[in-house]
Amino acid sequence: MSAAPAYSEDKGGSAGPGEPEYGHDPASGGIFSSDYKRHDDLKEMLDTNKDSLKLEAMKRIVAMIARGKNASDLFPAVVKNVACKNIEDPNQLIRASALRVLSSIRVPIIVPIMMLAIKEAASDMSPYVRKTAAHAIPKLYSLDSDQKDQLIEVIEKLLADKTTLVAGSVVMAFEEVCPERIDLIHKNYRKLCNLLIDVEEWGQVVIISMLTRYARTQFLSPTQNESLLEENAEKAFYGSEEDEAKGAGSEETAAAAPARKPYIMDPDHRLLLRNTKPLLQSRSAAVVMAVAQLYFHLAPKAEVGVIAKALVRLLRSHSEVQYVVLQNVATMSIKRRGMFEPYLKSFYIRSTDPTQIKILKLEVLTNLANETNIPTVLREFQTYIRSMDKDFVAATIQAIGRCATNIGRVRDTCLNGLVQLLSNRDELVVAESVVVIKKLLQMQPAQHGEIIKHLAKLTDNIQVPMARASILWLIGEYCEHVPRIAPDVLRKMAKSFTAEEDIVKLQVINLAAKLYLTNSKQTKLLTQYVLSLAKYDQNYDIRDRARFTRQLIVPSEQGGALSRHAKKLFLAPKPAPVLESSFKDRDHFQLGSLSHLLNAKATGYQELPDWPEEAPDPSVRNVEVPEWTKCSNREKRKEKEKPFYSDSEGESGPTESADSDPESESESDSKSSSESGSGESSSESDNEDQDEDEEKGRGSESEQSEEDGKRKTKKKKVPEGKGEASSSDEDSDSSSSTSESEMTSESEEEQLEPASWRRKTPPSSKRAPATKEISLLDLEDFTPPSVQPVSPPAIVSTSLAADLEGLTLTDSTLVPSLLSPVSRVGRQELLHRVAGEGLVVDYTFSRQPFSGDPHMVSVHIHFSNSSDTPIKGLHVGTPKLPAGISIQEFPEIESLAPGESATAVMGINFCDSTQAANFQLCTQTRQFYVSIQPPVGELMAPVFMSENEFKKEQGKLMGMNEITEKLMLPDTCRSDHIVVQKVTATANLGRVPCGTSDEYRFAGRTLTSGSLVLLTLDARPAGAAQLTVNSEKMVIGTMLVKDVIQALTQ
Amino acid sequence: MKSAEGTPNTRGSSGGGRLQTTREKERQCSGAQEANAQPGALEAAARSLPDGRHGFALLPHATAPASDALRPLGQQQKMIHSLFLINCSGDIFLEKHWKSVVSQSVCDYFFEAQEKAADVENVPPVISTPHHYLISIYRDKLFFVSVIQTEVPPLFVIEFLHRVADTFQDYFGECSEAAIKDNVVIVYELLEEMLDNGFPLATESNILKELIKPPTILRSVVNSITGSSNVGDTLPTGQLSNIPWRRAGVKYTNNEAYFDVVEEIDAIIDKSGSTVFAEIQGVIDACIKLSGMPDLSLSFMNPRLLDDVSFHPCIRFKRWESERVLSFIPPDGNFRLISYRVSSQNLVAIPVYVKHSISFKENSSCGRFDITIGPKQNMGKTIEGITVTVHMPKVVLNMNLTTTQGSYTFDPVTKVLTWDVGKITPQKLPSLKGLVNLQSGAPKPEENPSLNIQFKIQQLAISGLKVNRLDMYGEKYKPFKGVKYVTKAGKFQVRT
Repeated sequence: MSAAPAYSEDKGGSAGPGEPEYGHDPASGGIFSSDYKRHDDLKEMLDTNKDSLKLEAMKRIVAMIARGKNASDLFPAVVKNVACKNIEDPNQLIRASALRVLSSIRVPIIVPIMMLAIKEAASDMSPYVRKTAAHAIPKLYSLDSDQKDQLIEVIEKLLADKTTLVAGSVVMAFEEVCPERIDLIHKNYRKLCNLLIDVEEWGQVVIISMLTRYARTQFLSPTQNESLLEENAEKAFYGSEEDEAKGAGSEETAAAAPARKPYIMDPDHRLLLRNTKPLLQSRSAAVVMAVAQLYFHLAPKAEVGVIAKALVRLLRSHSEVQYVVLQNVATMSIKRRGMFEPYLKSFYIRSTDPTQIKILKLEVLTNLANETNIPTVLREFQTYIRSMDKDFVAATIQAIGRCATNIGRVRDTCLNGLVQLLSNRDELVVAESVVVIKKLLQMQPAQHGEIIKHLAKLTDNIQVPMARASILWLIGEYCEHVPRIAPDVLRKMAKSFTAEEDIVKLQVINLAAKLYLTNSKQTKLLTQYVLSLAKYDQNYDIRDRARFTRQLIVPSEQGGALSRHAKKLFLAPKPAPVLESSFKDRDHFQLGSLSHLLNAKATGYQELPDWPEEAPDPSVRNVEVPEWTKCSNREKRKEKEKPFYSDSEGESGPTESADSDPESESESDSKSSSESGSGESSSESDNEDQDEDEEKGRGSESEQSEEDGKRKTKKKKVPEGKGEASSSDEDSDSSSSTSESEMTSESEEEQLEPASWRRKTPPSSKRAPATKEISLLDLEDFTPPSVQPVSPPAIVSTSLAADLEGLTLTDSTLVPSLLSPVSRVGRQELLHRVAGEGLVVDYTFSRQPFSGDPHMVSVHIHFSNSSDTPIKGLHVGTPKLPAGISIQEFPEIESLAPGESATAVMGINFCDSTQAANFQLCTQTRQFYVSIQPPVGELMAPVFMSENEFKKEQGKLMGMNEITEKLMLPDTCRSDHIVVQKVTATANLGRVPCGTSDEYRFAGRTLTSGSLVLLTLDARPAGAAQLTVNSEKMVIGTMLVKDVIQALTQ
Repeated sequence: MKSAEGTPNTRGSSGGGRLQTTREKERQCSGAQEANAQPGALEAAARSLPDGRHGFALLPHATAPASDALRPLGQQQKMIHSLFLINCSGDIFLEKHWKSVVSQSVCDYFFEAQEKAADVENVPPVISTPHHYLISIYRDKLFFVSVIQTEVPPLFVIEFLHRVADTFQDYFGECSEAAIKDNVVIVYELLEEMLDNGFPLATESNILKELIKPPTILRSVVNSITGSSNVGDTLPTGQLSNIPWRRAGVKYTNNEAYFDVVEEIDAIIDKSGSTVFAEIQGVIDACIKLSGMPDLSLSFMNPRLLDDVSFHPCIRFKRWESERVLSFIPPDGNFRLISYRVSSQNLVAIPVYVKHSISFKENSSCGRFDITIGPKQNMGKTIEGITVTVHMPKVVLNMNLTTTQGSYTFDPVTKVLTWDVGKITPQKLPSLKGLVNLQSGAPKPEENPSLNIQFKIQQLAISGLKVNRLDMYGEKYKPFKGVKYVTKAGKFQVRT
């Protein structure tokens, strides 16, 4: 291209008058006819008062600039008339466009103005303007990188933004300007995780990819215990026959092996995994891939599997998407074969697939082949070998070779199959087979003399140089297996030597040398002849080789020292080659990246860092939130933050349990919300929410038709229960089993309308109902007042109220400080009067050891019947429990007369986690789905120890097992009594005697694993205090610190 | 041709960032003066066009790559830098640059790869060139080639390019060279709004339609007379809301909501007629013309059938998780609500079977071809629109066939046999048989060709999926609702 003359000219200079393109442009009247005459009207338009004209003018300018045209003569007009003025415009869209125009002007003089405008816009009221500001940052940065420091300040500010609109754009700016400033993310990490689902698709990709990098620097590897074992298993896979055990086996051994250090996932790590998972169901392939790579790089081995299904789904998409996804699947399937095994058939190849797709699918099929599925895979391969697409056939043959090396059982079958291919009509097929056979024979040559003979015969026909060379090498290497044929082959090759290709010639020399060493009688002359021919060859490589070989094998007069070792040199046993996938180890590039696809580092690629050895301080992510009260508050904040339809859970921090699965988590969350009664707007919706919880359980149960029947009959009896109406809607939805004929669709609509509005109304309108709500609950609640919160002021949540209540109770009793039998949690509602159709169920944590099983938390369940009919046959139905959690049911209560109350004790082994235990509470006629979520303080029991013991144990639990937090004790909370009360009310710990007056020590053991939990509170007279918790269970420790601090400071 | 690309490569050098920046500034400043005083540059630009490639947007070349090369690392790196649209004959008929201009010559790497691939389908979607990466898609006989300068997830770009093609389709009814050339103004406007500085900005069709009106004949006449443009007068308030996919102020006199449940059977049937692999993939496409802000919920009789679902962003994920109800505020117009896969435990009913006997005789330059197609498990519905496509081996010269139903064509160049069968009536099974002429002397083909079958069954979702009800909240009027079911063959292949 004649680049030279144009080279000196700047791209900005392209907008000359009468540019040639307008000759072709049929729409010269349109937006692009921005020749000089029209600039005047642009200026006029910029000066008008009409928003639409201004907007259009700016659009046209942006378009001009984007096409590389010079708009610099409009610069003053834009800056003066629009940018500066309109940046103050009351209409947010105008402000945004003004900034977009301004930032598109690539003239260095305006850098300061642009900087000002960006800063201004970054604190604009409108999130859309702030988004535009984020977009402008990389533009300014590319114009003048000296502004970096100032820009980082803006980025930092925008990162703190709480709207989904801004999140994607600012992370994008972050990635372009300062990807190394990972510290800016700390405070925003949890927020980004929670906003993620509501961010637009493009932003999601950018955020997920950034968070992957972040997580790699901040958390510990979830597979640290498995990594060693995995390596061993890998070796076994390539070297031996017992690869079968690899997939499942290694995991089992990993579990069985003594863990070097118990690994507990950081709750923030878990948060990221949980909040990205739903995005696997995005319609955007890019988002799905982003989540998939996140899981691949960050999730524990056992959890990575969830991505397989989504990736397989993408194989139905456009062929480009298939291409990229298959590349990534190929890499993943080497490390995590088991994950894709169930989808083996989805990788079967169709004759209509493009060749590049075929070859990638073949790669995946080969990676997935194992002892069990190899027969099916080989049968498929047989079909492929007859394909018309020869490149594909060649790839298939190599794939068969790889299967044969990896899976010992089928080696002979494969070899025979390949030998049959030697008689194929297509030379390429034969040649490829020879090459693969050669590699296979090297693994066990002794048994295959016949095949070598067969190959030797082929030298007459096969012309493909690589294949000929391979055959010659084989014959030379194993000449003792074919002592008669080998010299004959050499004879033939000597004859055709001059006509051969170079690689063939080299192998002829090799063959000659080896035969000379083993069978010099027959081949001496032939060898000399070949060497002489080679000596005068045109290729110096061949001449060199000939000279070298001659010196080695033919003993010269000096009796060269080397020639004595010639045999060792030529006939040394050679290790068999390893047939490896070209995708092996490609996962050192971040999956889904351009670099991974190209298998080369692309410009601007950010390395995926290795996991740190020691976890960096997790508290950097803590955000100071006023009045932190566990779930209820979280629920409220979530509503404030507006997610439109997501299930994000506000600023959920380390209070989350570490390894609960997402479903139970969300369930327990919504449950707790309906229990505590906060965050609901009216009693109807309260009921509906409870009902939603029920539905979850019920949905899964709907197959049990006999129970359905029961339910149906019961339902007909019930008069207009509020909870009932909405649940009938669900029934007609979820399955055909129960169709509520009496319910008309109109009534359903009426019932549901408020619900749907509630979802839609902007979050700002949330506050008022929330305050109203609590009083509603209190007024309507006719349950025995006992320990229910006494309407706390304003927004204070019930759990806080429970705190206060716990306080008063303990204050009045003043038990000796060593024993702390009263939980601050007080009485919690398990089943509301309305939802329970008159049955009211509350529960308390009694803190008494559960008689049946010491690992269980004993929970007292209080039933009372507020209906006017007796309730019969109260018992626990089939529990649906997360792994590890178990329940000891209470004995069935045969009958509960109207107005009567009863108490039962049940034990729950929560497995040292705050996951909710969900179960059914059954009466003769009804089932209620309930769940109990323990506060962390109830998961332990006090132990008694001396000060010395305490110090000794504490010494063992340092480092990662120690969590320290500073706090200020309020005036009301300075006396010994109150401090001890508050701590013991929060956690079931025993006081440890202590020498110094300002220190408080408490000790306990978790119920399930018996891990020690040691709590130290160092209180200075002025109120400053330091709280330390030492425990092997880091999650419990973290949560406990939170809870205790909250109790002490309120 | 490559001179522009081959300019001195200083990308690798990380030092001297400041110096280069200043150089660039200088060039930018001087650019303004040069523009006015350089008629010669335009000629140079015109000359620099490759032969036979005329561009709608002739742009001066060659300088931009040079400045790219001078850029220090970590600067000026845009996600998507430029886009070229290329037709099947290799003409670059449209180009769009979001920042600086990248020479068309960069496409030569693409053409090179295209030649090597021999087949449009085999052009690698990602190509690495010395200074850029090219990521391309092939849609409707057009290549969309984007120029990337820096690490970016390839799927991000591919997804975006498809979104661009979808938008063209949506605006112009088809995504073809002619349509794009006819609407070049709108095309540029769209591209400008869709990407800001290389990063996707507004990609939702509803927002775009608020910003830029789709073309109508009347408007284009009015525009050409008055000189106004298609830029919308209203402000795109949708962009500001939580529901970015829906435009505000939608009004219809007839409020309608239609859903098409379309299921496709992917299958591989082996020689003996047994099913090697079969799977049902489905989508629900919606056409919603409802006024205001309707809030819909769609429920199924048997939602458990849906194994793996992907959602339009409008769907409330949590509702689906807990209740298996699709609850959403729909975009206005046509969109894909969900796509799903039916769980693999369910046995897939295969609606048709094929009896086939294809043989090539050794040394006789002819072969026999005989296929019969019949209904198998059709759930009592008529199978219609049956087409059989066969890619015959290269050695086949011609085919002399007779058919009992429908018509067939054989293209001796591409060797594709197409048999348009139509409906199956169980009384008389359609068959196609006759002789195959082979190239004389050539070895007989190793493999029999596989048969690709298309069919359609109306009013049936083969998985048995059934919509239970559609409820609308938030608006007072009574909408007209409709659901249609269709089953089609997806990638349905019979090996012979």
